[in-house]
Amino acid sequence: MNREQNIMRSFPILEARDLQVKRGGVPFLDVPSFQIGSGEILSLIGPNGAGKTTLLLTLSHLTKRVSGEILFHGKKVGSDFSIFEYRRHLAMVFQEPLLFDTTVFNNVASGLKIRNMEKGEIRRTVLDHLDRFGITQLIDRSARTLSGGEAQRTSLARAFAIKPEILLLDEPFAALDPPTRESLVEDLDRALRESGTTALFATHDRMEALRLSDHIAVMNQGRIIQIGPPEEVMNRPVDEFVAGFVGVETILSGKVIRKEEGGFIVSVSGKEIETVGEVPTGETVALCIRPENVTLSASSSKETTSARNVFQGRIAKILFLEFYGKVYLDCGFPLVAYITRHSLENLGLEEGKEVKASFKATAIHVVRRKAK
Amino acid sequence: MDLILEGIKKAFWLLVTFDPEVMGITWLSLKVSGSATLISLLIGISVGIAVALSRFPGKRIVVSLINTGMGLPPVVVGLFVSISLWRNGPLGFLGLLFTPSAMILAQAVIATPIVMGITLAAIQQLPPKLRLQILALGATRYQMVWILIREAKLPLLAAVMAGFGGVISEVGASIMVGGNIRGYSRVLTTATVMETSRGNFDVAIALGIILLLLAYFINLILTHIQQRERPR
Repeated sequence: MNREQNIMRSFPILEARDLQVKRGGVPFLDVPSFQIGSGEILSLIGPNGAGKTTLLLTLSHLTKRVSGEILFHGKKVGSDFSIFEYRRHLAMVFQEPLLFDTTVFNNVASGLKIRNMEKGEIRRTVLDHLDRFGITQLIDRSARTLSGGEAQRTSLARAFAIKPEILLLDEPFAALDPPTRESLVEDLDRALRESGTTALFATHDRMEALRLSDHIAVMNQGRIIQIGPPEEVMNRPVDEFVAGFVGVETILSGKVIRKEEGGFIVSVSGKEIETVGEVPTGETVALCIRPENVTLSASSSKETTSARNVFQGRIAKILFLEFYGKVYLDCGFPLVAYITRHSLENLGLEEGKEVKASFKATAIHVVRRKAK
Repeated sequence: MDLILEGIKKAFWLLVTFDPEVMGITWLSLKVSGSATLISLLIGISVGIAVALSRFPGKRIVVSLINTGMGLPPVVVGLFVSISLWRNGPLGFLGLLFTPSAMILAQAVIATPIVMGITLAAIQQLPPKLRLQILALGATRYQMVWILIREAKLPLLAAVMAGFGGVISEVGASIMVGGNIRGYSRVLTTATVMETSRGNFDVAIALGIILLLLAYFINLILTHIQQRERPR
């Protein structure tokens, strides 16, 4: 499987087996196996309550688990070396900055003081990290007086100052406004790459995940549903849940009715959609079509297209987003397309109008329904 | 009006002449209530933190008991400490009844739940994830507790003030277990009660003013410490 190959590429710094957490008898987390390679940045995405935080806390030995073991550099935590020693190789940043009621300097120094580092060295390290996160001018400010973004920068600097081997981030930017978030993501990205720190980054924002990660793990109901490189998870989701979560807007259920050269035909609400690959005739499948892969043209247009699937549809709704419009079509089956604001005007699209929608057979990701 | 003026005059006189009896009474008050507060801090803060940080069945009941204890009537405490220290009581063999030690014991019993209750609330009002953050920074359990105490230092100083304020002004238990013996177990409050009942209002007022000033200065010092630490 792809997953194994991808992760085994680098030496796993952290491995976990059979992790289970229960709260009041209800399973909260169930991860049979997990690994992260040295220097890898892995994002955990999933809706609220998917178990992202629980997984991070379990991996850092900060919450009780029912079963399982954690290996750090191949050594078992809790027996080969102590939990406390293990934690000294980690750092964690939460959604709330959780700063101490003292100056920014003392906050960034706190992890180093805990380690009884020598004073001069503390000062050097703290100054380095204040600079890295662009908060040198805040050095003597009370943590209470910081803005959300400044506080989270301080929190990141505090975590990086202890030079952790693994950094665990639990939705660190979720409470920030978009411009602040944007610049923090950039700084975090740079800091991670420069220091080569392994990172586990929980977020419910798939754009953040795409931006930062080497791998993405999609979680739901306490389980890791899919894990792989970003493009694989985005374009080849293993099931409809992952598809929905990674931004596939159109998921169509249909039946394979016949083979074609290099592909097969799926009947969806009486329409025939051509796709590539091999699935036995008669099987039920879900077709995942990303909105950016659907092209719209005027319904009168005689333009020929290389796309195999061309359908006439009526515009049911248009959502105007920042840089583009999101067009909901009724082609006998629902279809969602992204279109630039410019083209939207050029084509004179509006609700109720007829339009031609096309998408390539190769742009469709087929999820085979598991036999029940 | 004359009574009050006379009282203030007399108090001033007693103060500037360092009247040995008044000084002795004041010093004993400070010693007894100071020791009692120290004991209550040791027990109250450690148990308060332990209860705040642990999870166990019946925690709610324990917390409500501590909170009830914050309002223990000193007279009831005096009664039970007296019974315990009575010649035939369980702690009678210690021979502590009618000694300053007995007063320290009784006052510590009064102050401990106050300190414990405020400590408990102070630690619980910290963000729950703060503990995880401190541990994730590599702290030992001991370091974590120490950092939490520093984070809660403002309410904890309030606990010190409330504890001390509660016992320095307390009279019922002190008189019951201390006996108000002149030059031995007589403190500001018990002396004030006695002088008032004898009709010596001037002395009573003098003692009252000293008591007020004492409470004021102790709290002034603690407030100063509390507010000093606040960075810009």
